[in-house]
Amino acid sequence: MEEGRVRPGPVYLTVLVIATCGLVYELVAGTLASYLLGDSVTQFSLVIGLYLTAMGLGSWLSKFLERGLARRFVDVEIAVALVGGFSAPLLFLAFDSPRWFQPVFFSVVVAIGALVGLEIPLMLRLLKRSVVFKDLVAQVLTFDYLGALAASVLFPLLFVPRLGLVRTSLVFGLLNAAVAFATIRLFRREIGPPGGLLARAAVVTLLLLFGVASADRLTDLAEEGQYADEVLLARSSPYQRIVVTKNRAGFQLFLNGHLQFSSVDEYRYHEALVHPAFGVVPGARRVAVLGGGDGLAVREILKHPGVESITLVDLDPAVTRLAREHPLFVALNRGSLLSPKVKVVNVDAMKWLEEGTDRFDLFFVDFPDPSNFAVGKLYTSRFYALLGRRLAPDGAFAVQSTSPLFARRSFWIIERTIRAAGFATRAYHATVPSFGEWGFVLAAAHPFGVPEALPPGLRYLSTETLASLFAFGPDMQRTDQPVNRLDNQVLVRTYEDEFRRFEP
Amino acid sequence: MNPSRRDAIAALVGWPALASLLSCRRGPERPRYGGEIVGGDLLRGHKLRTGELLARPPVRRERVGTAILGAGISGLSAAWTLARAGDTDFRLYELEDVPGGNARSGRNAVSRYPWGAHYVPVPVDRNPALEALLEEAGAVESRTPDGRPVWAEQVLCADPEERLFFRGLWWEGLYPRAGASGRDLAELARLEREMHRFASLRDARGRRAFAIPRRLSSDDAEWTALDRISMREWLSRNGFTGSRLVWFVEYGCRDDFGSSLDDTSAWAGIHYFASRLPGHATADEPFEEPAPFLTWPEGNGHLVDVLLRSARERIVTGTVVFDVVPRADSVEVRYLDAPRDEVVSVEARHAVVALPHFVAARVLAPWRKEPPPFVAEFQYAPWLVANLTLADRPRERGFPMAWDNVLYDSRGLGYVVATHQSGPSRGPTVLTYYLVFAGEEPRKAREKLLSATWDELSGAAIADLSRAHPDLPGLVTRADVYLWGHAMARPHPGFVWSPGRAAAQQPLGRVRFAHADASAFPLFEEAQDAGVRAAESILKENGTPFLALVALGSGL
Ligand SMILES: Cc1cc2nc3c(=O)[nH]c(=O)nc-3n(C[C@H](O)[C@H](O)[C@H](O)COP(=O)(O)OP(=O)(O)OC[C@H]3O[C@@H](n4cnc5c(N)ncnc54)[C@H](O)[C@@H]3O)c2cc1C
Repeated sequence: MEEGRVRPGPVYLTVLVIATCGLVYELVAGTLASYLLGDSVTQFSLVIGLYLTAMGLGSWLSKFLERGLARRFVDVEIAVALVGGFSAPLLFLAFDSPRWFQPVFFSVVVAIGALVGLEIPLMLRLLKRSVVFKDLVAQVLTFDYLGALAASVLFPLLFVPRLGLVRTSLVFGLLNAAVAFATIRLFRREIGPPGGLLARAAVVTLLLLFGVASADRLTDLAEEGQYADEVLLARSSPYQRIVVTKNRAGFQLFLNGHLQFSSVDEYRYHEALVHPAFGVVPGARRVAVLGGGDGLAVREILKHPGVESITLVDLDPAVTRLAREHPLFVALNRGSLLSPKVKVVNVDAMKWLEEGTDRFDLFFVDFPDPSNFAVGKLYTSRFYALLGRRLAPDGAFAVQSTSPLFARRSFWIIERTIRAAGFATRAYHATVPSFGEWGFVLAAAHPFGVPEALPPGLRYLSTETLASLFAFGPDMQRTDQPVNRLDNQVLVRTYEDEFRRFEP
Repeated sequence: MNPSRRDAIAALVGWPALASLLSCRRGPERPRYGGEIVGGDLLRGHKLRTGELLARPPVRRERVGTAILGAGISGLSAAWTLARAGDTDFRLYELEDVPGGNARSGRNAVSRYPWGAHYVPVPVDRNPALEALLEEAGAVESRTPDGRPVWAEQVLCADPEERLFFRGLWWEGLYPRAGASGRDLAELARLEREMHRFASLRDARGRRAFAIPRRLSSDDAEWTALDRISMREWLSRNGFTGSRLVWFVEYGCRDDFGSSLDDTSAWAGIHYFASRLPGHATADEPFEEPAPFLTWPEGNGHLVDVLLRSARERIVTGTVVFDVVPRADSVEVRYLDAPRDEVVSVEARHAVVALPHFVAARVLAPWRKEPPPFVAEFQYAPWLVANLTLADRPRERGFPMAWDNVLYDSRGLGYVVATHQSGPSRGPTVLTYYLVFAGEEPRKAREKLLSATWDELSGAAIADLSRAHPDLPGLVTRADVYLWGHAMARPHPGFVWSPGRAAAQQPLGRVRFAHADASAFPLFEEAQDAGVRAAESILKENGTPFLALVALGSGL
């Protein structure tokens, strides 16, 4: 082999790797953007368009690099390792402030695109002394496309499910860093003493390794395993673990691992929770929502123009902030929490009921299922008695009451408890595919009929089918149940019992 | 941590707790939390010992209808009873700067919390005095058609009530069930059956064998004979030998009486279980639920506040009563007004001595002159109570935090959670930790306790609990401790039905005795009953009309 020549074989391997990496970063960015900004077709083509343009920019810029090509190439690899590798963690962090997400996002895409765009032209020029040009182009582009193929197959099948987005991008950053080291070795003649390059590559490698080690703080691998879909956001508030996942159909909110809604069919749940109660108190003006910080029940309530004020009481400011600020949530709840009619209070609902004196025409009680003693308190006769003190004399309230099918005893305990607190009740149920058969209890101080009227423009409820929700088939029929009290918490115990049957 | 502090902590709560403290709190020796030793003005109390006060002439004289000495539950109940009958010619004299005695409470930005007594069981039989007070306290929501109270849900101890830290995990309930064999459980069931039987026993006059207040119990020798043996003796005679069961019963004795199995009378040990069962078990329905507890964030301090409504302007705090002289138709009481350091003489038509018996023995002139034989029968164990304010809930494994949280192999009694009734299940809270020196010679234990520093005492409490909550030391923002040198008279064998103890309750002329000590049971119901009875007998003697809450004249 002549002086100055390199063996092209190992070099082609590096081409394969950098091509894979380049496409992976593009896929990571595209996926994240579609998660956050929704509407994945436009989003994806926008990302791809931008990325390709940036690559073009990089290729064009390559002509300004003249001397020390091998060193330049190593520097580009180190830069790709850094920017590409940290792209997903950076974007995840930017999620927290929707205002910054777009600028950060586009800068990252352009930077990666431009750097990746530099790679292949530089590589071609490095190899042109060693390989005949027509073979060179053929070989390099072949490996380039093979890498792209590898990326597009492995990304959805292997990397995202196994590693999650954050680790995927970090691991590919490490591959780019490995290419940098390999290049230093393969082109040692051209490069000469590699001191500075080695040091830079080593620093970036260490940073990436540190990133992998602390990725759990951003997204917990064990936790991601619990969810069927990509974890888009995971955050701990003082009150609960908030996780948002996303799949092709829509996104889901989990609190402490329990599904709160799926954007695909939440309208069924929230229409069912809200509108029947308005049939009992058609003139309702003052409305309160207890729990339900996602703003989806409020969205339905706002469909009743007679409502003058809505007070949303939810313990966790982290949830109501998501509902007010996160684009995905705002799109789904149509900015309901930003309405001037809405007041958000972040306190314990029981305390709020106990300490206030003003009254409301309608209450919507939308707490998580009674899976622990803390939530169980919010389903006790004491709670409903306190609620009764804040209810207008001819007001009414609706309570999400878990599934009358999976947790039949629990459901009827809730209904029994509300009656024990002195209210007339009517139980009803709706089908929400993400949850299954779901139940609610409607209650008022005086006996009332099955509601009939509904506002226009609903997707699930209709005046023809409304009455059927109030009928229960034999497998959901009322059973005789005890009252859930603070001093017995019989609901939590029963609920746990009933749901244990569904655990593997 | 320096060696002497380490030894002091080990002496208080034992070595295992210390090991856990050492393993989780390396680094700076000074704790990061503040706190102090609260209340229990020992100097004031100790003035009684020297007799120096007796020689001081009074600078003032006062006259009052009824002088109530001591503003614990018994004294306050006497005041409450007089005030209900419209008699406001009374005054309460209290040693401490705040009333309440063993039912005192405190508060900070996080919560109110108890310093001593923290619950009252729902009465299983009609108890008009207790029902009336609890009604004033907002604990009665309504009445059934036959007049029985319906208890307000929010003052019944919220579920979950109790849990036990055993083998590295928290478990629901106080009996160590984890890994219990079939034999263990059968033994537990046998004990429960036995207690149900005791609860259902009635004598020829229809009195329960084991009643609250104690004086309503049958005095049939068949059952009172149980007072002559210890609870340990009773357990072994009846074949209750399993270590789990023995632990469970001993815990009950330590928790309620501050005494070990050996120095608890079997009658008292059985009373602890049987008096709280409704006592209507039948062959078909052999098991009944024991009476639920009524509790508040500040414990029985809540009831102190209710009682205070009728007495607040008539309490003189910071007074050391040191002399009580019964006269033909009056009582002379002398006290030291501690803030002003002045001796005051009170001429009262009646006096209610609502002072612990060891104090009464020093202040009653006739008893000072010729100590009656029963004085020695009253034995007091010292207690330590620590209120730990936490920035957040500690980490833990197993069953979630309950109201009462007990550690199996600990000398302490565990802790109650002040925010359990009212508050959220996360975030800052106050844990009230109890440690009693059961089974130790009281005087030695008292010396050990009183010579320890705040640092050692708070360290001991935290070390003990750290075994169940390793991150506790880092969460404590404040640790205040209270020392009860003579917390309560314990029902040792022979004490409950001792003629001497009964004699100690006999009025001396116009001096009546009301402290819970004299009933042999350190319980709210006993203190209230004694206070109400003393006041009612005064009302009767004065010819003041009143609606009687207790039946006078029944046993002592
Ligand atoms: C740590 C602890 C926990 C307890 N927990 C419970 C519980 O959960 N439930 C329950 O029912 N019972 C409990 N008890 C028992 C409690 O003692 C009784 O319930 C009741 O509070 C006793 O009231 P009392 O008035 O008889 O006595 P005390 O509370 O002892 O009242 C005596 C009063 O006399 C004052 N005094 C003393 N000497 C003088 C003097 N020389 N001059 C003037 N005043 C003086 C004292 O300061 C005190 O205020 C507990 C006791 C302790 C110590």
